[in-house]
Amino acid sequence: MVTDKMVDYPQFLNLMNKEWLVNHKVSEDKKLELRLGPPGEALDDNRNTTHGTKRAFQHTAETRTGEKEWPIDTTKNQCQKISCIEKIGDKVNLPPTPWSSGSTIYSAFSKDTKEEPQHSKASFFQSLPVSKKLAGMAEDFKQPCSPRMAVGEVQFADGKACCSLATADPDASTNITSNKRIEYSPVVGWPPIRSFRKNIASNSLSKPASESSNDKDTGGKPENPKTQLFVKINMEGIPIGRKVNLSAYNSYEELSLAIDDLFSGLLAAQRDPSATQNESKAKESAKAEAGPLAGSGEYTLIYEDNEGDRVLVGDVPWNMFVSTAKRLHVLKSSELSTLQICSNEKEKAPFDPAVHI
Amino acid sequence: MSEQMSDDDERQQSPPSDLDFTSNKARTCIVTGSVSGHTEFQSPYPDQVLENVLENVLHFLTSRRDRNTASLVCKSWYRVEALTRSELFIGNCYAVSPARATARFTRVRALHLKGRPRFADFNLMPPDWGAHFNPWVLAFAKACPWLEKVYLKRMSVTDDDLATLAESFLGFKELVLVCCDGFGTSGLSIFVSKCRQLKVLDLIESEVSDDETDWILCFPEGESHLESLIFDCVEYPINFEALERLVARSPSLKKLKLNRYVSIGQLYRLMVQAPQLTHLGTGSFSPSEIAGQGDQEPDYVTAFAACKSLVCLSGFREIIPDYLPAIYPICANLTSLNFSYANITAEQLKPIISNCHKLQVFWVLDSICDEGLQAVAATCKELRELRVFPVDAREDSDGPVSEIGFQAISEGCRKLQSILYFCQRMTNAAVIAMSRNCPDLVVFRLCIMGRHRPDHVTGEPMDDGFGAIVMNCKKLTRLAVSGLLTDKAFDYIGRYGKLVRTLSVAFAGDSDMALKYVLEGCPQLQKLEIRDSPFGDAALCSGLHHYYNMRFLWMSSCRLTYQGCQQIARAMPRLVVEVIRSADEEEMDVCVQTLYMYRSLEGPRNDAPKFVTIL
Repeated sequence: MVTDKMVDYPQFLNLMNKEWLVNHKVSEDKKLELRLGPPGEALDDNRNTTHGTKRAFQHTAETRTGEKEWPIDTTKNQCQKISCIEKIGDKVNLPPTPWSSGSTIYSAFSKDTKEEPQHSKASFFQSLPVSKKLAGMAEDFKQPCSPRMAVGEVQFADGKACCSLATADPDASTNITSNKRIEYSPVVGWPPIRSFRKNIASNSLSKPASESSNDKDTGGKPENPKTQLFVKINMEGIPIGRKVNLSAYNSYEELSLAIDDLFSGLLAAQRDPSATQNESKAKESAKAEAGPLAGSGEYTLIYEDNEGDRVLVGDVPWNMFVSTAKRLHVLKSSELSTLQICSNEKEKAPFDPAVHI
Repeated sequence: MSEQMSDDDERQQSPPSDLDFTSNKARTCIVTGSVSGHTEFQSPYPDQVLENVLENVLHFLTSRRDRNTASLVCKSWYRVEALTRSELFIGNCYAVSPARATARFTRVRALHLKGRPRFADFNLMPPDWGAHFNPWVLAFAKACPWLEKVYLKRMSVTDDDLATLAESFLGFKELVLVCCDGFGTSGLSIFVSKCRQLKVLDLIESEVSDDETDWILCFPEGESHLESLIFDCVEYPINFEALERLVARSPSLKKLKLNRYVSIGQLYRLMVQAPQLTHLGTGSFSPSEIAGQGDQEPDYVTAFAACKSLVCLSGFREIIPDYLPAIYPICANLTSLNFSYANITAEQLKPIISNCHKLQVFWVLDSICDEGLQAVAATCKELRELRVFPVDAREDSDGPVSEIGFQAISEGCRKLQSILYFCQRMTNAAVIAMSRNCPDLVVFRLCIMGRHRPDHVTGEPMDDGFGAIVMNCKKLTRLAVSGLLTDKAFDYIGRYGKLVRTLSVAFAGDSDMALKYVLEGCPQLQKLEIRDSPFGDAALCSGLHHYYNMRFLWMSSCRLTYQGCQQIARAMPRLVVEVIRSADEEEMDVCVQTLYMYRSLEGPRNDAPKFVTIL
């Protein structure tokens, strides 16, 4: 049924352009009839096609051609910020679908003006400047309306809506074959929730010390330095220590991998001084060693807490660790028994530490 | 929270003050005190008495609408009214200049200013658009040094402005900043250290930058006059020990709203110091990690029970629901409860809400689902205001609340006056039901988050639902529409929404007719904000008769052109017509991204940034 309409479309469009003005008045009178009861026509299964103009156009369509279902969406002609335009950009010459998502209108439009001058409807578009911004519409969420709006008369603008739909991508209809809603790309400022009310789900699970993502929408807000917890970490046998930002990780696994990364290079350099010239080279070779290093159990991670005691990393929940750890040490496992570990830990198997690097 | 309600509850019968300056309808009274012999004039004595009497009488006039009317009677009344006006409200800071305001109203004690339009909150406008407090504070510092109270909404306030406030106004008592930005902890530090008489410091939904200054520590030593300290929007840790000491030495403190860096253990310590609190924002409502695991938990229930005057509860920024039972003792007294940061379920809500019989204001997240709303409807028979916010503010998420909870509320809470409801699906039937069950509705804001979404049962547009609201809720002054809407909905609004002052439209309407209906049909319309709707220049022109009566019109991503806007600008000289483009756009396009226009006595402002063109 869709395809039938598409075949008829060019003629219908001409009809629209000429008779639109005449019939618009008729439909307006009809529109002014106020009814609170359920309206006459039932919509079809695809609810996602019931766009704002449908009823208006039904009146118009009924008076002229008897077609009941020409879901033309003028509301979608707004300067909506669509990001999937890039995917559909090249598929212009296929027959259009009235159920295209908003994105295809813009892609179609840009192609329309550039590549299909032979269409009769294109006379509207040829006269309009094709702003290069159209191509970039996908990226910039704040683009203004497309130039076709310049004509300024609503009726014609609505007509153009039809035009752009004409070349819309039918592949988009695959989105809509089921009764699901049309996938809209996110739009700036919609739904109208202020930025600090967003990310509630994550905030309720996170602890006070962790970073807030509320800042993103407000733009330009500096990152809070207090949510970065840098602690020193020293590896046994390496004179120069490093610093790690504990709040950048969410688990012990992530931390141990990161520490692995940090020290692998240095370890490799120690073993082979000539490799230190190119730091990235050293890292690459270190990565080859990372595997065996990580799983070998050769090293153990210890931390000093806020009371000055040395504690095995991995015993307490991650969040508690983050808030109490003041310093980290990477020690050779073989040396563990000779160190002064926290008295609690002595009761556990000292040679079976929780976290190996 | 009452501060956050907009001015929808004000009645407007007379033209607003900012246009009074030019209207000259006054009959001129006889001038007194002429030097050149008084044979031409009446004796000054009776008029002097009259003015004194008038002054004393007008002191009692508080409503600004009444005052505006009184000032139009004659020059004498104009003068006396100006002398006796103690609270100056300016709904658009660009409608009148600070110089003009201070010249007319010389004895103002309280200044209430509003700046940016509301859609700026949703990133629809580039930052640094304007609304600077600076010229105002400087003008008032010179002309009205006895200013005591400043209330700002959506304005940019700098640290210097805060310093000026503190230094130039010796008796300064109250500062309330709502949705403001531009200042930081260093500005706050100077402000609190110099304002010795400070009673109220309320930072509500404002952006405070962190200059790493300990502003709590800067409150002066000795007994403090603080009655209200609200800083729940400050996203940085504060010096808790200093806060504790401050609370201990503030015997008049009634309102305290903490930010999320205050743990529940710390909250306990504060509550113990201040059982006289009436308004409490609980901070995170979860324990800090540093608290010893084995330590005994303080007796939160007793602490809450001791606060016998507590009527307004909010906070719960990072709630651990296990601690909720602590608030049981005060539920029965609560008139206002804000759970809008608490991601709790219906089961967690029920034991609380079932005791909140006196509740009038309830803000909550949709995590409580329809079931939670049904529980609210079952108990809160006094409910006046309900706001349901989404946990997941995306368009395609599965909404936990729907028309079921909505209808339940309408059936249970018959006294409802204000509702803000975010949902993914709605039906006309439920909205119609609410229009019938809750005839006292003054504010109706329904946000169906999916754009152009119809009635999910019938597939119809939502026209009839909103139509019923404007028809049946005869006191309605504020309306926000959503969902699939045709021109018919706007026809209804134009016909029946005779008291509507604020209207918010997004992704709605079919044609210019919709806007026309509204502009021609709603005589009280003051604030109209529209986005992404198919309204063009013709529609814009249909409102020419009304724009001087409005505070502002906002239209973004509609179908306006420069030509059309220029026509308006030419036709209406007292209207400032701003065309705003996005900050990175260089040249002006034919079509207009955002139009923001407002009446003003001052003409184009001189602080407009380069992305704003004033026609």
